[in-house]
Amino acid sequence: MWLNQFLVLGAVLFCIGVYGVLARRNGVMVLMSIELILNAVNINLVAFGAFHQTPAGQVFALFVIAVAAAEVGVGLALVLLIYRNRSSIDLESVDLLKG
Amino acid sequence: MLAAEAGAATSAGWFLENAWLFPAVPFVSFLLILFFGKKMPKKGAEVGIAALSIVFAAALAAGVQWIQHVNDAESAHSTEETHSTEETHAEEGATTEEGHSEEGATTEEESHDEGALAVGGGRSAVLGPVLAVPMAEEGEAHASVPPVVTEWISDWWTVGGIDFQVGTFVDGQAVMMLFVVGLISLLVHIYSTDYVHGDIRYTHFFAFLSLFTASMLLLVLANNLVMFITAWELVGVCSFSLIGHWWEEQNNSNAALKAFLTNRVGDMGLLIGMITLFFTAGGGRTFNIYDINVAAASGTVSQTALTVAALCLLAAVMSKSGQFFLHTWLPDAMAGPTPVSALIHAATMVVAGVYMIARLFPVFFEGMSIAGGSINAVALIGALTTMVGGSLAFVQRDIKKVLAYSTVSQLGYMVMALGVGAWTAAMFHLMTHAFFKACLFLGSGSVSHACNHSFDMKTDMGGLRKYMPKTHATFLVATLALAGFPLMSGFWSKDEILAGTGGFGLSEKANGNYQLMLVMGLITGGMTAAYMTRCYWLTFMGEWRGANSPNAHHGAHGHDDAHATAAAHGPAEHDTVAGGHVSGHDAHDAHDVHDAHGAHGGLPHESGPRITTPLIILAALAFVATFANIPGQFNFVPEGWRLRFEHYVEPKGEYFPTISHAEFSPIIAIISLIVAAVAAGAAVAYYRRAEAEDPMATELANGPTSKGGLPALGYKVLANKFYLDWLYTDVIVGFVKGPLARAANWFNQNVLDGIVNGTATVFKRTAGFTYTVLDQQVVDGVVRGSGIGASETGGLLRRMQNGRVQGYAALMFAAAAVLAGVFVLAV
Amino acid sequence: MKDFLNDWGLTTMVFLPLVGAVVMMLIPKAEEELHKVVALLTTLVVGVVGILLTANFDWDRSKDLQFVVDKGWIDVIHSRYTVGVDGIAMPLILLTLLVVPLIIVYSWNHFPEPHNPKAFLILMLVLDTGMLGSFVAQDLILFFVFFEVVLLPMYFMIGVWGGEDRQYASIKFFLYTLFGSAFMIVAFLALFFVTGAETFNMVELARLVGENDVARNTQILIFGGMFMGFGIKVPMFPFHTWLPDAHTQAPTQGSVILAAVLLKLGTYGFVRIALPILPEGAQWWAPIIGGLACIGIIYGALGCLAQTDMKRLIAFSSVAHMGYVMLGIATLTDFGINAAIFGMVAHGLITGMLFFIAGSIKERFHTLEIKRLGGLLKQAPYMGWMLGFTSMASLGLPGLAGFWGEFPAILSAYNPAEGLNVGLFRFYMFVAALGTVLAAAYLLWLYQRTAFGTPNEEFAHEHVHDAHVTEWIAWLPMLVLIVVLGFLPVLIFGMTSDAVQVVAQALGR
Repeated sequence: MWLNQFLVLGAVLFCIGVYGVLARRNGVMVLMSIELILNAVNINLVAFGAFHQTPAGQVFALFVIAVAAAEVGVGLALVLLIYRNRSSIDLESVDLLKG
Repeated sequence: MLAAEAGAATSAGWFLENAWLFPAVPFVSFLLILFFGKKMPKKGAEVGIAALSIVFAAALAAGVQWIQHVNDAESAHSTEETHSTEETHAEEGATTEEGHSEEGATTEEESHDEGALAVGGGRSAVLGPVLAVPMAEEGEAHASVPPVVTEWISDWWTVGGIDFQVGTFVDGQAVMMLFVVGLISLLVHIYSTDYVHGDIRYTHFFAFLSLFTASMLLLVLANNLVMFITAWELVGVCSFSLIGHWWEEQNNSNAALKAFLTNRVGDMGLLIGMITLFFTAGGGRTFNIYDINVAAASGTVSQTALTVAALCLLAAVMSKSGQFFLHTWLPDAMAGPTPVSALIHAATMVVAGVYMIARLFPVFFEGMSIAGGSINAVALIGALTTMVGGSLAFVQRDIKKVLAYSTVSQLGYMVMALGVGAWTAAMFHLMTHAFFKACLFLGSGSVSHACNHSFDMKTDMGGLRKYMPKTHATFLVATLALAGFPLMSGFWSKDEILAGTGGFGLSEKANGNYQLMLVMGLITGGMTAAYMTRCYWLTFMGEWRGANSPNAHHGAHGHDDAHATAAAHGPAEHDTVAGGHVSGHDAHDAHDVHDAHGAHGGLPHESGPRITTPLIILAALAFVATFANIPGQFNFVPEGWRLRFEHYVEPKGEYFPTISHAEFSPIIAIISLIVAAVAAGAAVAYYRRAEAEDPMATELANGPTSKGGLPALGYKVLANKFYLDWLYTDVIVGFVKGPLARAANWFNQNVLDGIVNGTATVFKRTAGFTYTVLDQQVVDGVVRGSGIGASETGGLLRRMQNGRVQGYAALMFAAAAVLAGVFVLAV
Repeated sequence: MKDFLNDWGLTTMVFLPLVGAVVMMLIPKAEEELHKVVALLTTLVVGVVGILLTANFDWDRSKDLQFVVDKGWIDVIHSRYTVGVDGIAMPLILLTLLVVPLIIVYSWNHFPEPHNPKAFLILMLVLDTGMLGSFVAQDLILFFVFFEVVLLPMYFMIGVWGGEDRQYASIKFFLYTLFGSAFMIVAFLALFFVTGAETFNMVELARLVGENDVARNTQILIFGGMFMGFGIKVPMFPFHTWLPDAHTQAPTQGSVILAAVLLKLGTYGFVRIALPILPEGAQWWAPIIGGLACIGIIYGALGCLAQTDMKRLIAFSSVAHMGYVMLGIATLTDFGINAAIFGMVAHGLITGMLFFIAGSIKERFHTLEIKRLGGLLKQAPYMGWMLGFTSMASLGLPGLAGFWGEFPAILSAYNPAEGLNVGLFRFYMFVAALGTVLAAAYLLWLYQRTAFGTPNEEFAHEHVHDAHVTEWIAWLPMLVLIVVLGFLPVLIFGMTSDAVQVVAQALGR
């Protein structure tokens, strides 16, 4: 019964995150949205861990948090560099990968 | 091959056993001239002449040894004959065949012997009586004379455990050809040293004469069909390069190409024919002519296979020997230098086809059912050719073309003779024709030498008998021989052919009753007499017309300078000379002689001794050859003098079918004589009349050509005083010379040549279509299409690569969603 | 010595060129003379090794593989490093050993633009390894690797040193061949699996196919895959369209090596791999191959007649000549297969020679348009003679090498192997014989227009240098061989006859 609520929360957070990644043009906002997605996963991990009576969920969540911290560090550094080079962090204008 | 060992064991004579010498000597001479000729004092000619002298001397020696060989075989036979007869009596059922094979054992393999014995029962029934008759009559004949077969290389090539050899096959036929080729080639070499003196490619000319002689001798001596086709094509190549000797002009190279390609069409037949023979008569194991002939003569090979093979080979004969309807290249080939025409396109190469039929006679004899006496393809083609060639010769202005058509016609005679089974007559005619036709060609060269280097009888010749007595006399002798004047060799050989047809039962012991062949042969005999009279008259009688000729000054200056300069500079510097002097020559005759000594612009003069001596020798032979084959019925001649040619040249043995020999027929001789005399007389009368009107005329001013039409006024003519004159000039000569010949010429030039040209055009068009449409668009289109397809697909996919991270993320999520959906549905 | 040859002879021969290439990579680009010397020396040493091998070859056992080396290679897929030589491979190896040094000599003073002898010669040496390797490999995977090794250097040779349209031609060549290779490798794998996934050894596979009674339909399918691979390389009609483009655009040296050796990889594949391993497949495919070969003969000849460019004409003549080779193979008989091998060697020498001469003409006149040429015999008589001689050889004149490739092939079509339709093959024989007439037509037509007559106005006053020393050195051996093989065909037939007999017997004949 209580598992559902956590999962719904996770799903909502995930959707918000996905929306943010896809719709926002601001690089920082996209990074934050990615954080949201990761946290949605974390909620799921912890919820399932508690449900199954195992610490594995919490362990994985801790890993994710650690990785997410590193990712945000790198991500923000990238955004900063892009800003320095282009005076903008609008993702629409960053299409150097275009084939 | 045991045949080889047997030949060696009986020791047939050094020259017969070492016949490889014959082609090898001129071949070495070819290499010497080719590589060192230009540095030699005589520019290579001396090497060629030396080589040919050796060949000719060796050919004479081989001839003597062959005669000895035949005599030996006969004496051996007569001692054994008694024994054989006893045996025959003792064994009752067995016939002479039994004895025959026993002797045969010395000549061929054991296995073959068994084969021969196995079929002996069936065969002896046929052979026995036929053999018995001449034996009883002539006593000495029909000893089996083994050919001398030797091997030079035992494994020339090898496939699947079968070795194929190189070797020589010498019998009377080959020895006769060795003599003819050796002699005429030698004479032509000598003649050429004067005739092409100072030519731009003098050394090259002699090199190829040597190569030609080597190839021709190889062809004559080939003991298997692969060697034969090799030599056959090699002589074709020599012919090609000598016709195109002056290749600067397109006409000459066109003629060379035409000759080679026409021959190539026939070679296709040779190729298929010999393959058929290999698998049928050769049993899929051998190309050896001897074995194939034995198999074909024994009747063990299916008749259909032999017929197919014979027809295919006939195609080769038609191209090589200028038979109707593949003869058109031969007159064009006259673009080559005159000695080449004499050697290659009259005396030797063009008879290669005839030689092949004679060589593989059992194949043709069985395949064409020659003994049956009904009309067969060989005889028919030959007979048609005689008439076509003969009629065309009337309308030519170029003396060499008259002779060329005459050659076509005479080759037709030989083929016809073989087609009716008159083997010996054909070979005899081959020999006599080689003599007198070579003489005529060389004579025409000598004439041209004197007449502005032109070959046009109407503008540049006439009255030459006064200026060139030697050339005139020899030309006359050869003309008489060709026209069939009695006591000349041509008369006897032609008469033997006509008798051989056995038409209307006029001659005894012919192979069949070929009435059509006899009639056509007689008509051609008349035509030959008439056109040769015309040729002779226009050239030697009347007044010299050359002084007013458009060629009169041309010959003296322009081109002589050009070639003299070129020759002086030497071939290495051709490129520097080339630019300046190419414009001067527009016709082949302009090149033909480059001798600066001539009194050009003055009256004609006799040629030098190097030209006249070969003429005299050939003319003498044209007469002497008469005695080579005196008819068997001429009892006033000693036995040992009669039918010598038949005795020594005609093969005797298992590799030759049993043919019957027609006897001399006085009736046919007289008829042919009358026909020839009437035709010649008509021609003479015609030109007499023309001359009476105008001494410079070359034809009757108001003659048949001006009137035209065919006057059918037989009755009126009889009543007319000028009956003979009128008949000769208007009806016979007029019809033959006018509509008939022109129609034939038209047919030749438009229909036959048209087909050749049309075929070429069609092929070219088809080729163009195939290439532009089929290849470039359809086939290649598919290839290019697949490339374009791949590239287009790539272009579409490229649009997705827009470089926006969010676009990629959207795609990723969408894909994940789809996969999740699939997962949910599937599980 | 003998032991060394037995164990290392073939490997040395195959990989020495690669060693030479590595050495050349270490030499600076500017040292052009040194590069040429190293490349020539390498190929000559390879040639010497080849001669030693030939001298030690036991001709009485020419039907057996000799100098065999069998070492582990890729164990996972049971592919081994197996090399060996028998009578079938020998002539082709000798041809390769001869042609490559001659090409290097020919290149000496005229490297095509953009020059760069270092890269050019390195590619040539890599090609050498690929070609020799293909002829000695006795393992399908090894063969495939060498077969593909050949592709890349040739691609660069055309693409870098080629004519104006080189990009198109090189890509077409590369893709087309690769397309065929894809089918080929699939066929090899299929063969591997249907015989029980044990080995890629050719001899073993032939035995296994017989023992396992591989179904006829399977054989037909697998043969089809090989047919695509080899047929495109040959090239057979209708897969030939890459050839004229590649030949026309390739530099002279590339054209020569393409004509002389590369095309033979395809026909060699048929004789060495497809026929012995898949006899029943061969039976089914023989009439089709024969038919395509005959179409190729006529079609190639017609194509020649329509050409205006000399090199393109010679390229089309290759289609016709390879048609004879394939016809010989299609008859599945002794005569046919022997003829095919002879035809490969003869075509290599003759067409290689024609491309040499065409290249030299192009160098002198800067065009190969037939209607602008003429009078070669006047301006450069020796070259004119050689062109004439080679044309005569190419049209199959008896007494020269070309004849022995054509004549036994036509002969064999009269009497094909048992089980084949005799009537059909006799028709093929007729068509092939007709092809000889057309061959004479286009070659003599070419010769008349280029060599006879007088030089064209635009070149009439130019000084044209006749054959150079390097050209003489490169050409004489080929010309001499054309004559020698024509006079003594036993030199090749003697090598191949026994080995071919084994193949033919495996085919039920």
